[in-house]
Amino acid sequence: MFPKVKFEGLPREMIALRVSREIKEGSYVNLGIGIPTLVSNWTEGMDVVCQAEIGMLKTGALAEGDNVDQDLINASCQAITELPGSVYFDIAESFAMIRGGHIDVAVMGAYQVNTRGDYAGWSNPARGLFVGDVGGSMDLCAGAKKLFIAMEHITKGGEYKIVNELSYPATAMGKVSMIFTDLAVIEITPEGMVLKEVVAGLTPQDVQSVTEPKLIIAPNCKEMEL
Amino acid sequence: MKKVWPSLEEAIADIKDGAMIAVPGFFACGVPRALLQALIKKGTKNLTLACGCGPLLGAAEELKALTLNGQIKKVIDSYGLFRSASKGMQDPFEQAVRAGKIELEVFPMGTMAEKYRAGGAGIPAFYTPTGVGSVFEESDVSNIEKNRKPKETRIINGQKYVLEYALKPDYAFIHAHTGDREGNLRYAKTARNFNHVMATAAIVTIAEVENLVEAGGLAGDDVHTPGIYVNRMVKVPRPKFAITID
Repeated sequence: MFPKVKFEGLPREMIALRVSREIKEGSYVNLGIGIPTLVSNWTEGMDVVCQAEIGMLKTGALAEGDNVDQDLINASCQAITELPGSVYFDIAESFAMIRGGHIDVAVMGAYQVNTRGDYAGWSNPARGLFVGDVGGSMDLCAGAKKLFIAMEHITKGGEYKIVNELSYPATAMGKVSMIFTDLAVIEITPEGMVLKEVVAGLTPQDVQSVTEPKLIIAPNCKEMEL
Repeated sequence: MKKVWPSLEEAIADIKDGAMIAVPGFFACGVPRALLQALIKKGTKNLTLACGCGPLLGAAEELKALTLNGQIKKVIDSYGLFRSASKGMQDPFEQAVRAGKIELEVFPMGTMAEKYRAGGAGIPAFYTPTGVGSVFEESDVSNIEKNRKPKETRIINGQKYVLEYALKPDYAFIHAHTGDREGNLRYAKTARNFNHVMATAAIVTIAEVENLVEAGGLAGDDVHTPGIYVNRMVKVPRPKFAITID
């Protein structure tokens, strides 16, 4: 399904910045591939510890030049650095942390999200294969206390990503609590999708026009502050 | 204990056609690259390569050779395909998967980790919340349709769980930073990933080590994998990898 219009939204780094504002001090977070990874650029200096499912707590900044060590990468397969207090562990321990409910917030990308908080992110049917790269996404959905989605509001081809029903294979059902896009911040509630913030220059009606489900506009819906 | 073998060739000489080999690594990080190269040279066929997070994408040249040599029957992984669809279309492994010539069976990464942990710990199967609400709850996820066996689920304390089975590969290929002559291993940073659990799960564990030290060269408190899990060790040069996810 295609919305009729397309709006110029925030760059990916700014979506990541807005996500970072929603992460409380003292949180353990896990960041997925894509926009979520960029969130760590904005949590530096905060009392937030990033867990990488490869088996590391307290991931540091990206490594450059002589600092690149092929034995030290994050879950997005980027060379990174360690920090004082960084720790390494094996993969079964890493997923025990994830599945066992020890991660406060997981931030993931998505192809589609619906009103019930179901989301699709692991397999693109356009690829024409029953199998896909599931990685650790479903474990994070099963175990993280909160699941945030950070993504573009519509696809590059102009299709809805916030949909009535998923047409892509589901990653998890009913797990998403908030969606952060280049246009808006939306909270998923038992009543439906609540529009909380809209990017500067757009109206709630503009956001509705590129969102398939009917949005509930929060009484205190405001312009997104960055 | 005689654990140090003179060469990779001798250490893998008894691997027969049809074996299941565990291959650790998170993309290129922590992959037993020298052992994979020895396996290509040996030419063993009909292999099942049990992975965890795309080590064969990290060791792309080795994957290409294993595919083109017709050595692979099946790959088990959470991340078996190149992320880039266009790169995937060019890749001989994905072409073989699309044609049904190689089976690709997929599980969530944490389920893969637990399959090896359980395999090494004498637990035959386990219930996990991971995958509930997705196709992973319904059946095995394989490109080969007839192999999509239904999965069992169970409600425990009001929540649904999926039954997954332990994996006990015939062999594990391990890459460690340091090994001592007792077979104790220590890994470097995030290169540990699947190495330890796979070493515990396999019937025969073969480790390539960048550094080989005498007993006592690794302090007892610094060992990640106790030597009881390690059968054979060979010293190898430090491998070199490109760090890429594509």
